Amino acid sequence: MACWIASCLTVLLLALILGEILAKAWPAIRAFGFGFVTGVQWSPNRGVFGVLPVLIGTVLSSLLAMMLALPLGIAIALFLSEDFLPAPVRHGVRFVVELLAAIPSVVYGLWGIFIVIPLVQQYGAVISKKLGFLPFFAGPVYGNSLLTASLVLALMILPTITAISRNSLVSVPYALREGSYALGATRWETILAVILPTAAPGIVASAILAFGRAMGETMAVAMLIGNSQRLSWSLLSPSNTLSALLANQFAEADGIQVSALMYAAALLVILTLGVNVAGEFFLRHTQKATLGLR
Amino acid sequence: MTAPEHKQANFFTNDGKRTSLFRLIRNRFLTGLCIGLSLLTLVPLFSIVFLVVKNGLPLLGMNLFTELPPAPGLEGGGFGNAILGTVVMVGLALVAAVPLGILAAIYVNEYAPDSLLAKGVRFVAKLLTGIPSIICGVFAFAAVVMTTHRFSSIAGGVALAILILPTILLTAEQALLAVPRAFREASLGLGATHYQTICRIVLPEALPAIMTGVMLAVARAAGETAPVLFTALFSQNWIRSLMEPTASLSVMIYNFASLPYAYHIKLAWAASFVLVALVTITNVISQVIFRPKQP
Repeated sequence: MACWIASCLTVLLLALILGEILAKAWPAIRAFGFGFVTGVQWSPNRGVFGVLPVLIGTVLSSLLAMMLALPLGIAIALFLSEDFLPAPVRHGVRFVVELLAAIPSVVYGLWGIFIVIPLVQQYGAVISKKLGFLPFFAGPVYGNSLLTASLVLALMILPTITAISRNSLVSVPYALREGSYALGATRWETILAVILPTAAPGIVASAILAFGRAMGETMAVAMLIGNSQRLSWSLLSPSNTLSALLANQFAEADGIQVSALMYAAALLVILTLGVNVAGEFFLRHTQKATLGLR
Repeated sequence: MTAPEHKQANFFTNDGKRTSLFRLIRNRFLTGLCIGLSLLTLVPLFSIVFLVVKNGLPLLGMNLFTELPPAPGLEGGGFGNAILGTVVMVGLALVAAVPLGILAAIYVNEYAPDSLLAKGVRFVAKLLTGIPSIICGVFAFAAVVMTTHRFSSIAGGVALAILILPTILLTAEQALLAVPRAFREASLGLGATHYQTICRIVLPEALPAIMTGVMLAVARAAGETAPVLFTALFSQNWIRSLMEPTASLSVMIYNFASLPYAYHIKLAWAASFVLVALVTITNVISQVIFRPKQP
């Protein structure tokens, strides 16, 4: 009986979270409507709230982080599933990557402030001088920038990509590999033509789930991205994300600003839940497909 | 329809352009690249661990755990209040989430594994793991802070409880799943009731793995900043009641990291050292406990 109650509570919890946030966001939803999503101004003093620049910052930083982390993640997943180096080395690397997932976000932020920000300042100036004609690299260069946040985010989502990609690589049936070897293919011809294509849906799912994780990541981003609500295409200028916006403004907010922040939180929940459900669906679909191969 | 097959066939056939030397070199090159990229990721991790140890370890002493943070610009002192605050809030979260998570896991795995409710619990737990940690904070803000009109460690505890509930539930379910079916059948065959079987046979057998899940949850909760940032806020003083703003290690790192005072930044590094040591130790222990059971 107690178990039944606990189960019901767990299921109700999600509804409760969504309900509570939507209820508190309702005044802002009624006041700003869809203009909240398309508005480019966020100035609590004047009662104007629009999150378009923040939405763009959220998607852009997460997308960039995913693109940076994906090649590395696939390389590590291959490294862990193939036998390039002896098993103890692979176990060591696997443990280290898992540890990467366990380090608190705020420690990444602290590390980013003292290591990544100076690096971005130094090399960002060089990049901006050479490639400044592209809007993505236009100056002036800031250390607290979208690029800094994306670099650290990439590191933080690497374990997600590695773990899921590795699982889908390992679940490629051994017979396929043997068949390829029997036809005279080398190891890498087998990997590129047989194993990676078979595992591709799982790798795509890992990228989607990592993207979802990156969008929800808060503290490291809040410490590194510069928290600016101005619209800018340059990766080297400050930006903001939904979660960083919440982290920075909630403690001092009152009145309609609280409601507007709740609205932003609701958007964040919808975005991350949507991405996660899509990723899980993809993953489940793949698992069925690979099982069919066996 | 035939085009991709044709291309695939070309990939393997040595049609004269691909000499065996080319294939050999490409094979070696890609292997090297793969190993190189994998080892490259170790660099940031070692950089983090190195800096945390280098900047945090020299400060480590008893005063860190017993004294209050210094006033801005001054030196000396520690973060005893932040450690105590973290312990209190993680404790509150455990009190709420451990019974709930384990009971729900028992229901899902022992009583009605195929029921609609069990599927619902699994689905919701999976979704909750995907919810950003800051949303737990937003919920606790809406439900507790806005109702009681004050920041408090209760609100922080509620946020952390929601954060760790799915971890505890899912690891407990895995732990129960790993108990062999024959144990249950033997117990039931000897005349024990379903309830006796769960309490005397299944739970004791699954306990080490469940405890590991709880420890991982503790390590995670202790390091999380976003859920407590605007629910428990921060305080310069010792915690006196559960209904007032409370310091925590993670929020302290966040606050001190952007201060212009060298000693406060050192304190942030020392707090990072404590947190990183905590997650490393719990991860190593969980490896030791979970590894042999993995197929």
